[in-house]
Amino acid sequence: MAAIEILDLEKSYLVGFWRKRPKLALRPLRLTIEEGEVFGFLGPNGAGKTTTLKLLMGLVFPTAGTARILGLDMDDPRVKSQIGFLPEQPYFYDHLSARELLNYYGQLSGLPAKGRSARVEQMLERVGLSDSAGVQLRKFSKGMLQRLGLAQAVLHDPKLVFLDEPMSGLDPMGRREVRDLIQQLRSEGKTVFFSTHILSDAEALCDRVGVINQGELRGVGAVAELTAQTRGKIEIIFYAQRVPAGLTGLGVEARLSGDMVNAVLPEEQQDAALEVLRRDGLKLLSLTPVRSSLEEYYIQKLQPSEGRKEEDRKGVGA
Amino acid sequence: MNSRIGYIAFNTFREAVRDRVLYNLIAFALLLSGAAILVGEISIDIERLVVVNLGLTAVSLFGVVIAIFIGIGLVSKEIDKRTLYTVLSRPVRRWEFVVGKFFGLTGTLVVNTLLMAIGVLLALLYVAHKFEKMDAWVLVALYFIVLQFLIVCALALFFSSFSTPLMSAVFTFALFVIGSLAEDLRGFARITQGVGGWMATAVAYLVPNFSALNVISQVAHGDAVSGRLILYNSVYALLYSAMAISGAVLIFQRRNLK
Repeated sequence: MAAIEILDLEKSYLVGFWRKRPKLALRPLRLTIEEGEVFGFLGPNGAGKTTTLKLLMGLVFPTAGTARILGLDMDDPRVKSQIGFLPEQPYFYDHLSARELLNYYGQLSGLPAKGRSARVEQMLERVGLSDSAGVQLRKFSKGMLQRLGLAQAVLHDPKLVFLDEPMSGLDPMGRREVRDLIQQLRSEGKTVFFSTHILSDAEALCDRVGVINQGELRGVGAVAELTAQTRGKIEIIFYAQRVPAGLTGLGVEARLSGDMVNAVLPEEQQDAALEVLRRDGLKLLSLTPVRSSLEEYYIQKLQPSEGRKEEDRKGVGA
Repeated sequence: MNSRIGYIAFNTFREAVRDRVLYNLIAFALLLSGAAILVGEISIDIERLVVVNLGLTAVSLFGVVIAIFIGIGLVSKEIDKRTLYTVLSRPVRRWEFVVGKFFGLTGTLVVNTLLMAIGVLLALLYVAHKFEKMDAWVLVALYFIVLQFLIVCALALFFSSFSTPLMSAVFTFALFVIGSLAEDLRGFARITQGVGGWMATAVAYLVPNFSALNVISQVAHGDAVSGRLILYNSVYALLYSAMAISGAVLIFQRRNLK
C-alpha cells in the first residue's frame, strides 16, 4: 500500500490589496510515496515544499485535488494519530519545559497515561535532551529546539513522519544525529517524507527524491540510480586543438570546444590520462571530481521548461 | 469534557499563570487595602457601600482587561508563533482547540476572580467588622461579573479569528462599553420611530447586555437580586458566549494557517 498518494493537489492564494488575483503556490501535484520509503522533497526556498507539507497536515486547505495518507482520506481524523510532523524552524510553548511539552503532546496524541512518562523520558534520551528536560524552552538554543521538534514528531510512534527542513539550524554534530535518527526510522520500517535544499543530506538518506520549483514538481528519481552513473569519475579540462589520440585509446569520453578539451573518465584512469597530456605537452587547466549526478539532476530539473517560460512571461503561476 | 479540550485548557491556564497574569492581584490588593484603610478613616456609615462599589468595580475592570488582552491573542498568537502547527498535526480538531483555549482563559479568570473576591470580603470585614445577610448578594454580583468575562472572552476570541489583535481589542472593548449601556440603548429604541427606531432596536438587542449583568450598585446598597434575574443572566451569558465561540470556530475551521 502507498503511504502517501497525492492526487492533483493544488493551492493558490489571493494576493493584492484592491484587486485580488490568485497566485499559484502549488501547481497540480501528483506523487506517490511507498510504505517504508525515505523520500526527499528537494527545491530552493519558496519552491512549494512547505506548502505541500502544510496541505498534507491540514494546516492550509487545497484549492483543488486531494491526497490519501496511509490509505485514508487526508481529512480523516484517524490519519493524525498515525503521523508525526516537524515544522520548519519549530517554535514551541516557551513557558513549558521539554518534559512538560512532550507530556502535553503525548496527551494530545492519545498516549495512555500509563507509560507516557517513560516514553517521554525515552524520547528525551534519544535526542540528547535528558539533561535539559526540566529547563523552560525559552532558554533553549535553536539546535535544542530542533532536536525537541524531532522528539515530538516521533513521540507517539507514528507510521509516517513528515519533516520540514529537519537539518535547518543544526551544527554538524546535530545534523549527523538527525541523519542517524532518520536512518533509525527507516530501519524501523517507518515512511519518512522530508523536505530539504541540502543535496548531500538527500543523497545520504533518501531512496527517492522529487524536485520541486516554482510550485511545480519537475521530476522524481531513485537516488541509487542517479548516483551510480557518476560515482568515481573525474573531469579534466586542458588546452588542445584536437582530442589526443592517446586519450581516445583509453576509451575516454572527450569533446573539443574551441581550443579546449573536456574529458570525463574513471578515477583509475587519471594517471594514464595525465601521462598522455604530459607526453603530448598539453597544458592542464583543471581536474575535478565529477559533480554528483543528483546535483546535476537537481540543477537540470530546476530549469524552467519552454512551456513554463511562456506561461511565466504571460504572468501565469507563481 | 472531551479530554483534549481539557488538556488544551489546562495548558492555556498554565501559560497565563507562568506569564504572571495573576500578578494583577498584587495591584488589586494594594488598591483595595489602601481604599479600605482610607474609607475606614474618613467615611461615616457608608464604608460598606464604598468598599463593595470600589471592590467589585475593580474586579470587573481588572478581569475585563485580562479577558480582552489575553483573549485577542489566544489563537492569533499561536498562528503567528506557529505553535499551532504541532498541535493541529495531532488528533486535535480545530473546534477543540478554540474551545479549549476559551475554557483555559475563563478558568484563569475564575481563579483570578475568586482570589479577588476573597480580597473584597476581607476588606468588607475590615470596615464593617462583621458579615451581614445582605453580603450574600455580593457573591451574586461576583457571579454576574464572571458571566461578563465569559462573554468578553468569547467576543475577543471571535474578533481575533478574523482580525488583527489591535482591531480585535478595539472591537471587543467598544462592545463592552456599548453593552454596558445596553439598557439605555433599549430605552432609546423604544422612543424612536421609523427606520431609526428599527435600527436602534436591532443594535440594542444585538450587543451583549452587560448592563443587566451589572448589579454592583444594587448590592452595594444591600438590595436583593431576584432569582429570575440570576436565571435569565445565566442563560443569556451562556447562549451569547456559545454563539460567539461558534462564530469563531466557523471562521477558524476555514482559515489557512500561513
